[in-house]
Amino acid sequence: MTTTSDVEGAAVRLSTAPEPVGPQRPRQLMAPVRRTWRQLTSMRTALLLLFLLALGAVPGGFLPQRSLNPVQVQQYVAQHPTLAPILDRLSLFEVFAAPWFSAVYLLLFVSLVGCLVPRIRLHTRALRKPPPHAPANLSRLPASARWETALPVDEVLALADSRLRRWRTVRHADAVGAERGYLRETGNLVFHVSLVLLLVGIAVGQFFGFKGTVLVKEGNGFANAIANYDDIHPGRRFRESSLVPLNFGLDDFRATYGADGKARTFDAKVHYSPNADAAPRPYDIRVNHPLHVGAAKVYLIGHGYNVHVIVREKDGQVALDDTVGTPCLPQDARFLSTCTIKVYETRGRQLAFEGAFTPTTVQDPNTRRVGSAHPAVQDPALTIVGYAGNLGLDSGVPQSVYSLDKTRLTAFDGGTPHLLGPGEKWDLPGGGSIAFAGITEWSTFQVTQDPGKGIALVAAVGIVGGLCLSLFVRRRRMWVRARAAGEALTVVEVGGLARTDPDAFAAEFDEIVGRLRDAVPEPATATTDRGDAATWQS
Amino acid sequence: MAELSDSLLFVAVLAYALAMLGFAADAASRRATRVLSVAESGQLLVGGGGPPLLVDESPPRTTGTAGTAAMALTLVGWLVHVGSVVTRGIAADRVPWGNMYEFSSAAALVAVTGFLVLVARGRVETSLGAFVMLPVVLYLGLAGTVLYTAAGPLVPALNSYWIKIHVAAAVTASGAFLLSGVIALLYLLRARFDERTDVGEAVRFPVSLGRVLPSAGSLDRAAYVVIAFAFPVWTFAVIAGAIWAEAAWGRYWGWDPKETWSFITWVLYAGYLHARATAGWKGRKAAWVAVAAAAALIVDYYVVNIFVVGLHSYA
Repeated sequence: MTTTSDVEGAAVRLSTAPEPVGPQRPRQLMAPVRRTWRQLTSMRTALLLLFLLALGAVPGGFLPQRSLNPVQVQQYVAQHPTLAPILDRLSLFEVFAAPWFSAVYLLLFVSLVGCLVPRIRLHTRALRKPPPHAPANLSRLPASARWETALPVDEVLALADSRLRRWRTVRHADAVGAERGYLRETGNLVFHVSLVLLLVGIAVGQFFGFKGTVLVKEGNGFANAIANYDDIHPGRRFRESSLVPLNFGLDDFRATYGADGKARTFDAKVHYSPNADAAPRPYDIRVNHPLHVGAAKVYLIGHGYNVHVIVREKDGQVALDDTVGTPCLPQDARFLSTCTIKVYETRGRQLAFEGAFTPTTVQDPNTRRVGSAHPAVQDPALTIVGYAGNLGLDSGVPQSVYSLDKTRLTAFDGGTPHLLGPGEKWDLPGGGSIAFAGITEWSTFQVTQDPGKGIALVAAVGIVGGLCLSLFVRRRRMWVRARAAGEALTVVEVGGLARTDPDAFAAEFDEIVGRLRDAVPEPATATTDRGDAATWQS
Repeated sequence: MAELSDSLLFVAVLAYALAMLGFAADAASRRATRVLSVAESGQLLVGGGGPPLLVDESPPRTTGTAGTAAMALTLVGWLVHVGSVVTRGIAADRVPWGNMYEFSSAAALVAVTGFLVLVARGRVETSLGAFVMLPVVLYLGLAGTVLYTAAGPLVPALNSYWIKIHVAAAVTASGAFLLSGVIALLYLLRARFDERTDVGEAVRFPVSLGRVLPSAGSLDRAAYVVIAFAFPVWTFAVIAGAIWAEAAWGRYWGWDPKETWSFITWVLYAGYLHARATAGWKGRKAAWVAVAAAAALIVDYYVVNIFVVGLHSYA
């Protein structure tokens, strides 16, 4: 990324960007390759790729993305039957996994590395090199000053050298050269190298990381194994043996809400142990407060209600009485939740119930539809339709616990829903009953292992630190020249230039010149050219 | 305490609006005297057919009575605005940037602070005031009416010390970026004005506003200074957000709409900083990049919060 100097006409280049490479008798065959490479690593190309990267991310910020919300994508596809297939062909529902997006950022990083390597080489060389010789005419620099003194040349230069304490200086026969602000380029390089490191960290996480989610009911537990998860996202190179040994049980989940139904706190009390032999330890998993076990973290990501029902067959025999309950899936912010209850361990016909659980029940007087007015349990009800027949579990086709195959089921009462309050019982037509015995809660947990996280964090520190150095440190050079101009008269010339922020440098230059003039005073009877204060050309 | 905060914000907006009028009056009177002085000194090009050519690159630094009053009003408004943000924090018993209303108020405070710092350091002239105060007043008006939310506690995901760090950085960077966006637009206006008047073409509104603006060079530098300050702060805000997301949602980056637009904003400002150092991109092209980046920031904030459903949908 070649930069051009802001101070055109100044003889000195302050940039450590690579010098343009001269023709070095290019081998004919390699010439096009070299030309392409130079094009790719040029600032213009980098700029173009940056804009492409921003532009490419725009559809990802507007269109629903599969990685975030597949249901939303399905809805969008259903609503836009002609447009959606075209968008899908262009991978616009998974922009950040799209080949063209990867192509843009990979090219950008190739361009970045291609320009970083020579810059690092040049900068390490510049760090060892002394400041350059003074240009012939210091008064032509953006900042300059000139006065006369009675002190001899050597003494003037020695004083100048000692006054420029925090500068890197070099003594020549007639001049002192000084330079400061090498950290600007160092910071710039650290920033860009850290960006590459960040990409490495992300890649490591993508390849060797793991993410899985599991629903755990109060009173139940979880052992960390692939088979026990409801949903997993392993990295491409993830092996099950890298799963951290972990067991935990959910003792109690509690949510608190404001009067407006907005959640205040979520709190999952668990007991966990890193292995089967260790004694379980208690921990509160909350939002912003995950559980750390080795390289894994356990997050609380969702919650909902279980309904405890007691189902009896017509002879009074209990067919279902699971105190832990059947999980219901929340459908809205006030926790109207859908429940599916399958009773298959029966002696006669199999039974099933489908409906809604409402923690704070409200019923529309006209339509009789139930809803929930608040997410907390204040006036709970279970509104269900009952079925009898064959659940189809013997068909061999795996089915979800949350959906019902109704092909061989007959609804009771023609599918009329029945509303049950706590403790209430519905006597089923043809014998048997279902009673709403109680409510418990469940939580969903996400277990994450990301071995690239540490690398990304180090990179992030480098990015911010490097950026601050490269934007706030100013690279500047100064020269002090002294030459004898007759008997006991020395002409002192000072010149300086800064590549960035000339205004701030002007103040600094004036201050340094002021100190130098105090140290190197003009003769009391100076006749000629009463050294103007530092003059400025803008 | 919450009512006090609301009243203070109203007073601050009033002071800013009056300051805006003062700045505008000052700019108008100065323009009149300058044309007059050019005419008196006999530099008016007679027979050229074009408008009077003002040769001075930078207008005189003297500020009229209206300008001084406007500066004083801005300072008063700023102090009252600080009071409003502080009392809001006390009323809600937390940091005063928990919802869109509070965020907007705090970001506008940062923008006004930035303007005051630029003026104090002599980076820009006070004549910029009218152009800075107009969007600030509109922005605060929008915040106080459409986005207003009563002071209350936070949803659980926001309940973390990271809100102090992440949102504070985001507010600071946003305020500064918005200021730089205004300055970049004014730079474009002034550059267009210079281009037209250099060839003696007549200028019409809004290009004619360029007459009262600071020189193109100083606007360009002011925009850069503000962006150079805000860019690392924004970078830090995004990184702090990632660290917080790792604690709250179990991943540090997930291309949530807010994250995506923050990324777009970041890339565009990175593009601006590079463009400003690339031959052929300096000046107007770079300024357009700064304007596009500010637009992305506005999308990131308003469009994503109001119209797009994502993990950042709180307020």
